[in-house]
Amino acid sequence: MKNFGYSIQQDNTIDMDSNDRLIHEQLRLREPSVDLCIGCGSCSATCSSAQYTGFNIRLLHTLIRRGEFSGSDREISKCMFCGKCQLVCPRGVNLRNLIMAIHSLTEHRNG
Amino acid sequence: MVNFNPFVLPFLLGLLYVVYSIVRSWYGWISGLPETDRLKIKAGIRHPALILSALKEIFMEGLIHRRMWKQNPLLGYMHMSLALGWFLLIVFGNMESRIYSGTHLNAPYYPIFLKYFIHDRLVIFFETMPVPRFFRFMMDLLLIFVLSGLVLAFLKRRKSKWFGMQKTTGYKLNDRIALFSLWLIFPLRLLAESYTAGYYASGGGFFTQPIGDFLEMINPVSSEFVLYLMWWCYSLVLGIFFFSLPKSRYMHIPSEILLIVFRHFGIQPKKTYSGLSDAEVHSCSRCGVCIDVCQLNTAGITNTQAVYFIRSIREKELREKVTQTCMVCGRCQEVCPVGIRTDSLRLIKRRERYSDQLSDYRFLAENHTLLGDVVYFSGCMSHLTPAIISSMKSIFTEAGVAFVHLDAERSTCCGRPLMIAGKDRQAKDLIEFNRRLILQTGAKLLVTSCPICYRVFREEYNLPIKILHHSQYLLDLVKTGRIPIQGEFRKIAYHDPCDLGRGTKTYEAPRELLKKIGDLTEVKEEAANGYCCGGSLGLIEATQEQRNMMTSEALQCLLSGNPDVIATACPLCKKTFARSSPVEVLDIAELLCKSVPKGLSYSSSGRSHPA
Repeated sequence: MKNFGYSIQQDNTIDMDSNDRLIHEQLRLREPSVDLCIGCGSCSATCSSAQYTGFNIRLLHTLIRRGEFSGSDREISKCMFCGKCQLVCPRGVNLRNLIMAIHSLTEHRNG
Repeated sequence: MVNFNPFVLPFLLGLLYVVYSIVRSWYGWISGLPETDRLKIKAGIRHPALILSALKEIFMEGLIHRRMWKQNPLLGYMHMSLALGWFLLIVFGNMESRIYSGTHLNAPYYPIFLKYFIHDRLVIFFETMPVPRFFRFMMDLLLIFVLSGLVLAFLKRRKSKWFGMQKTTGYKLNDRIALFSLWLIFPLRLLAESYTAGYYASGGGFFTQPIGDFLEMINPVSSEFVLYLMWWCYSLVLGIFFFSLPKSRYMHIPSEILLIVFRHFGIQPKKTYSGLSDAEVHSCSRCGVCIDVCQLNTAGITNTQAVYFIRSIREKELREKVTQTCMVCGRCQEVCPVGIRTDSLRLIKRRERYSDQLSDYRFLAENHTLLGDVVYFSGCMSHLTPAIISSMKSIFTEAGVAFVHLDAERSTCCGRPLMIAGKDRQAKDLIEFNRRLILQTGAKLLVTSCPICYRVFREEYNLPIKILHHSQYLLDLVKTGRIPIQGEFRKIAYHDPCDLGRGTKTYEAPRELLKKIGDLTEVKEEAANGYCCGGSLGLIEATQEQRNMMTSEALQCLLSGNPDVIATACPLCKKTFARSSPVEVLDIAELLCKSVPKGLSYSSSGRSHPA
């Protein structure tokens, strides 16, 4: 099978004691439409940056939702902000504001 | 002192305060300009022609209110009667006062309260000499002129629709104080002058004298006391108005004068907040013309329009949501009677907030070795509307153009989506990368399918080659006979993309091309007033539902002439409309491609494009 590079199926144990879900709660306040996400991956499939690198907004959001946001500030900085993800989103998630919010919520929080 | 009375004090203090405030603000804004712009001012004040043209505009816009007249005649008259009327009252009042004082240097309050100070002069002198009579006539006429504007201003608060406005700006306390004191100034002047004329049975004009006589007749108490009270009130409201002016919207009056001078001296908005921005912010009269044209109203957003955005800047309480909730479509900028560049201001404020967000585009490290005469940049959005790309490719082939499709496989964003969100610093990397790729192709012409890219190529890329949007390029191909075309009877409604229309003033090329393809119908809101499709990248904070409401408003407008097809020249507009349009939405390139007769081609390979 062709590997499209935006799979989220990785072995993982979610430890709710160490995961910090606060960022996602703040994200929901900043952009309530994140709750509409069904994780279909259309955003990552169309992403311009993803064609060059491993950048994966679907994965990034999933990790932040789980409370594993370490390193997401460096990851989100690869986004070129072109807005294609938002245009293809079947659920109407306002991805550009979501990305702006991820920037401001995760930057200067971890190294 | 003969020509002094304590009642002049509120006026005098207010006047001193307002002059001090204006001088201080002007000085602050001029010194807040970048060095290069300050030099422009130094050069400008030595240019009599520039000063003259600035004075002409100050007269036309500040006093006559030409652009307001264009907006709505009633609105224009209201502003003109108040501004020009008051100005002429000051001019004529000063001239009149010289007759009585016999000197060229009067105390500043003397002309304002002249009728009180001169009531005891010789009655004969008053009544018979032609010059004083002329001035008394003019002063009364001008007072009526101003009062007529006042009546309209009062009506406007109730019936704003008569003035071509659906909504007016909400007021804050200081604006209310300034507004009410302004409204009271002229009725009180009328009363004070009339009571004086009535009590002394002379000295009034054709308007104030009869009113004064009537007041004297019906007045039960001593009218000397009342007339003195009226002069006090008149001075007090003038004082209150002057004291509230610097912090109120009426600061726009002195600010606009400086703004007009700035513009005539060639000072343009910069990427950062400067003295020019300050002058623009204070020049906003909060007339509210920008409110009605804003499509966000349709989506139920009523507190982020240019007037509120600018007020928040001035009052230093700008919230992130206000900055972010704007499509940057430029409709308000087109109608602003003061000519404030609302889009530039919005982006300046976004830059202040977001320029330090991280960016890392080191992954962009590939080098094309493609060569061609024409470099074609389809843009990110066109990858979501592949029919545009395939149409362009077949037209290129048809015309025999040696083209390079720069972003065929991977697309690097042009940078404008970042810039429109205030991230200019971050966009620089993308711009540099794309610029290098474009130049490597050796092409003499850059054609793009996306108006967003087109605008940023022109404004930020500093490319030594010609740049065309595909609507202009295709028109060129058709005009030079390199593409055969067979028009058919099809009603086409054209939608102006914001960045192509208002952004780069490209209104005619797409229309000219469409007229060759089919039958172009008129659309109510078009060209400079065209609606945004609702898909704007400038709008950061809005829900999909709100966007849909704006899309359907734009669609309704396009569909009003029952077109067979909606044409646009932007992949983003196409993608946005196609979701909900009942008729076919096609890009101008697709329409042209369909009009090329099959098997009838006069293309010859190897012909190079006229650069």
